[in-house]
Amino acid sequence: MTEKSELLARDKEVVVPGQVLATGMEFLPSSGTYRKGDRIYANQTGLLVVEGKVLKTIPMAGAYLPKRYDVIIGKVIDILMTGWRLETNSPYSAVLPLKDATFDYIKKGADLTEFFNLDEYVVCKIMQVTSQNLVDVSMKGPGLRKLKGGRIIKVSPPKVPRIIGKRGSMVALIKQATGCQMCVGQNGLIWLSGEPEQEVLAVKTIRKIEREAHVPGLTERIKSFLEKATGKKLEIGTDEEYERQHESRRPQSRPREGRGHREESGGARRGRRPPRR
Amino acid sequence: MAYKKRVDGRKFDETRPIIAKAGVIPKADGSGYFKIGKTEAYAAVYGPRELHPRNKQDPKTGVLRCTYNMMPFAGQGDRVRPGPSRRSKEISMVTELALLPVVNLEDWPNAVVDVFIELPQTDAGSRCAGISAASIALADAGIRMQDMVAACAVGIVDGSVVVDLNYEEEAWEEGNVADIPLAVIPSTGEISLLQMDGKVTKEQLMQAITQAKPVFERIADIQRAAIKERYDAVTREVKQNE
Repeated sequence: MTEKSELLARDKEVVVPGQVLATGMEFLPSSGTYRKGDRIYANQTGLLVVEGKVLKTIPMAGAYLPKRYDVIIGKVIDILMTGWRLETNSPYSAVLPLKDATFDYIKKGADLTEFFNLDEYVVCKIMQVTSQNLVDVSMKGPGLRKLKGGRIIKVSPPKVPRIIGKRGSMVALIKQATGCQMCVGQNGLIWLSGEPEQEVLAVKTIRKIEREAHVPGLTERIKSFLEKATGKKLEIGTDEEYERQHESRRPQSRPREGRGHREESGGARRGRRPPRR
Repeated sequence: MAYKKRVDGRKFDETRPIIAKAGVIPKADGSGYFKIGKTEAYAAVYGPRELHPRNKQDPKTGVLRCTYNMMPFAGQGDRVRPGPSRRSKEISMVTELALLPVVNLEDWPNAVVDVFIELPQTDAGSRCAGISAASIALADAGIRMQDMVAACAVGIVDGSVVVDLNYEEEAWEEGNVADIPLAVIPSTGEISLLQMDGKVTKEQLMQAITQAKPVFERIADIQRAAIKERYDAVTREVKQNE
């Protein structure tokens, strides 16, 4: 314990698996790092973040792992007896149950394709993820809707926070410059709709953000890039839609956390077979 | 009689020149390139993604699936017949087992991470180059792994311990040759692959393994630098444009 603690990597540096980040017992490993003996190693490629004595890495690549209350864009890939199956740009598909799909009344035996047909995209919120990563989503909430027209592009999921920016500032910037409507799913799918040339500019901007996400001064750089491309004067602000979605973390209709038996419902019910008739 | 000077003039503990790169295959989720001497390996990682057939799924953890393949024009001039062979299947398996101790796929039950290794040109040491490339590709894909896996062959040529045999040494006919492909996890010194072809004594084997130790550290450093370089190149370009 007498050995001196020392930080061996810089804050905001790109670190790679097996790299020694610090020695001594003073520093604490967090996500993307681990301790072995008196050393802390990185176990993921990412940007190192030093918060006081806590070391963690922000991943720079990787697939999307479904997380509760994430807003994602899903594609309808199958229609079930009691809902829809969505592709989520992750190894796991999600189920959108009938009761969470719409406020409309759905008649028994109704044709579900009238609500969401195959290959259509929807914005939805993840309500439940089980230990085996079975995913339940809902479409009841602000901003959750079916996407009509426009185009869908895919980005690397760990770059999504950079594309959204602080309180949606980056999204707001792109919307302001291009006049496109835009929706960013946490799973790395982005929906864009606007004038064709503007859509192309937006895609170009997003690709630039994705590529340069790890270089400091990103917002300013993107701002001047868009100003140059459009000739408009832009302001860095926050995104209204983003603010609205994050006002209340969960829709009112759901029970609050802490009631075990209710919390379990979605996932558990889906795994069970219907009773024999 | 003994092997005093290496055929290509290298020192006995010197590898052939190494070039490593990350992100060489844009479509893949992660990719790596590892060239050691004339042996070249590309590795592409796809996933974690849904695993089919479903009976291969593991509800406890994700599955790693490796494929080693020599291109038809690789090797010593005899056309390598395309498709799986007894040899490539075995090497695919040992590659998987060499990488498995470092990768952590517990967050991805029922999913699979696919690693495809292709060798356009080979001159001995191809499985080691493949493992080194795959390790870069996995780290580049953002897969959780405790450390890189560095692989290189060591061996005995006519009584002398040598590192990283080339084909000429492997096929040395004037004396006994032992070829020992090794994969090492540098942070712990654990060995995740050890195969052997030829005759050695216990002492020679231990001597070969201990002498090769610094080589793996060096290879791991090259691998890590390759991944960093991918991002540093962008940083430099941005700085230059400012």
